[in-house]
Amino acid sequence: MSILIDRNSRVMTQGITGKTGQFHTRMCREYANGKSCFVAGVNPRKSGEDFEGIPVFATVQEAKQQTGANVSVIYVPPAFAAAAIDEAVEAELELVICITEGIPVRDMIRTRFAMQGKKTRLIGPNCPGIITPDEIKIGIMPGYIHKKGRIGVVSRSGTLTYEAVAQLMELGLGQSTCIGIGGDPVNGLKHRDVLQLFNEDDETDAVLMVGEIGGSDEEDCARWVKDNMQKPVVGFIAGVTAPPGKRMGHAGAIISGGKGTAQEKLEVMESCGIKITRNPAEMGKLLRSVL
Amino acid sequence: MKIHEYQAKEILRSFGVITPQGIACFNADEAVAAANKMGGDTWVVKAQIYAGGRGKGGGVKIARSLDDVRQLADAMLNMRLITHQTGPEGQLVHRLFIEEGVSIGKEYYVGMVVDRRQQRVCLMASSEGGMDIEQVAAATPDKIHKIYINPMAGLQADEAENMAQKIGIPESCLPQAAALMQALYQAFDATDASLLEINPLALTTQNQVIALDAKMNFDDNALFRHPEITALRDLDEEDPVEIEASKHDLSYIALDGNIGCLVNGAGLAMATMDIIKLYGGNPANFLDVGGGATTEKVTEAFKLMLRNPKLQAILVNIFGGIMKCDVIAQGVVAAAREVMLAVPLVVRLEGTNVEIGKQILVDSGLTIISADNMADAAMKVVTAARAHSHSTGATNH
Repeated sequence: MSILIDRNSRVMTQGITGKTGQFHTRMCREYANGKSCFVAGVNPRKSGEDFEGIPVFATVQEAKQQTGANVSVIYVPPAFAAAAIDEAVEAELELVICITEGIPVRDMIRTRFAMQGKKTRLIGPNCPGIITPDEIKIGIMPGYIHKKGRIGVVSRSGTLTYEAVAQLMELGLGQSTCIGIGGDPVNGLKHRDVLQLFNEDDETDAVLMVGEIGGSDEEDCARWVKDNMQKPVVGFIAGVTAPPGKRMGHAGAIISGGKGTAQEKLEVMESCGIKITRNPAEMGKLLRSVL
Repeated sequence: MKIHEYQAKEILRSFGVITPQGIACFNADEAVAAANKMGGDTWVVKAQIYAGGRGKGGGVKIARSLDDVRQLADAMLNMRLITHQTGPEGQLVHRLFIEEGVSIGKEYYVGMVVDRRQQRVCLMASSEGGMDIEQVAAATPDKIHKIYINPMAGLQADEAENMAQKIGIPESCLPQAAALMQALYQAFDATDASLLEINPLALTTQNQVIALDAKMNFDDNALFRHPEITALRDLDEEDPVEIEASKHDLSYIALDGNIGCLVNGAGLAMATMDIIKLYGGNPANFLDVGGGATTEKVTEAFKLMLRNPKLQAILVNIFGGIMKCDVIAQGVVAAAREVMLAVPLVVRLEGTNVEIGKQILVDSGLTIISADNMADAAMKVVTAARAHSHSTGATNH
């Protein structure tokens, strides 16, 4: 099983003709079943052309009709990325993964508003993407550090997720699916949504959630876990040492008005039965301890 | 991005928000001329710094004569204004705002922020104006009213009026207050603001609803479409190291410890600071070199860290994905040579081409302490920083 994506997903790249889009589409296609999974690209000005054999269409709708693609990954520049998400939502794709960093919050507020009641799920923006190891990778994470297994990983960051995966691998623990939900304040799937999916996935045994300062996503998730989760969940929150009022790299990583501290998140998670560590070098060991 | 009160008021006025009349000044002569020009017999002399809490810190004073204006302006300019938001070192005052005095009947609070959970702009208002709103929220949360604004429809007149009523604005002034709130939202939306605060919103003794103070922050991601707002940036208010960092597209935040860290990725960078602290050290900075770090970028990052006189050691923590460890290793070696590094350097590399990367560090002949994982790296850098500060006689922070 795995969640959200597998070898049967059919993916189009929005922004396939840009440098980033080309590089990562190539890398993703080389990973596991990528060759049959990555079937289309979208660029209104380059319709009819192809990228290394992948046909380019003018619109998402056309790409979907012609190739049966049900998932999109977006590398479009920030000024146009929200509109790219809107287009994918309009075309009723199942899943949109927006890698783009730097989208204005105002654009994302409108996009999320327009997504209400629509079937499309959104991962990101400002995220590394999603991987179901040894099946399919959609995003910018290094594929080779992963291995198929039964641990779910969800995180708001990129390299810290790779760190978490590497720690799992050192203990021989493969992953069912790893998702980076992104570092922006207004985004698609939240920790809670992903935990819900892992809970229902019969190939996931336990979940490692990696959070960071800012917002209340992790607290909301922890409360949901307390009441609903059937599987062990462990967690780490980055930013115990982050000063208030400063944006720590990610647009959403900021303690504002005393809210969104790592301390507060860790306390709520613990009170909801999630085992936590304050040591980022021990995420893997902590996960193993609950199996 | 932040701007000054007088700049925020100018933006808000252009959207129809009523404020007292005022003039920004850079010296006492200008301040007196401004007061003279506005006329009247009472003025408010306001220090213009980004930090809040200016009133309590002595940055907002009433003048009842032109002599008062001159004296207050002289005293305020170039003073280090200390508020709960500036930190103990305070913020140097370079600009003043001279406003006409207003006869206040009652004070309220109105604010707007992006609510992350609702994914909408939240309008907050309270009858408790002129106070620290975070304290009001903590002590009497029922006195803060909130509504979430539909991004397509905007703030509706009836919603705004309802809000004005809830915070106790008198019946006869409700349309005025509602119009002001709608104008505030229009300004917020049109400028890609991330925060807008009117504290206090005043009801004058003449029954006019007026924005006595104004604070606006903007979404950095949207500045590309607001050159007029970017032009308002006041570099005197920003940390010079952070300004330098932003020129090189590096995300840098100064902290008060002595162990510099250079990391790829914001989450891993925070985790690196956390683990340094956990192992008994103190991080000197947050520094994310991003996904596409070049040798030049790594060199600039080293230079930024070395500006800190307290620095006793550096930890480089890289998880190479798309960014390859050998490229980073070359960057580290080149940077260490160029800056003639005199503090201990601990490097932890993981990921793509890690073995080649490690070999480059060994072959460089530089004294680089290699670490196998994050815990090992943290222990080594904390030990190295201690040893270095003892050997140089520096105080250990």
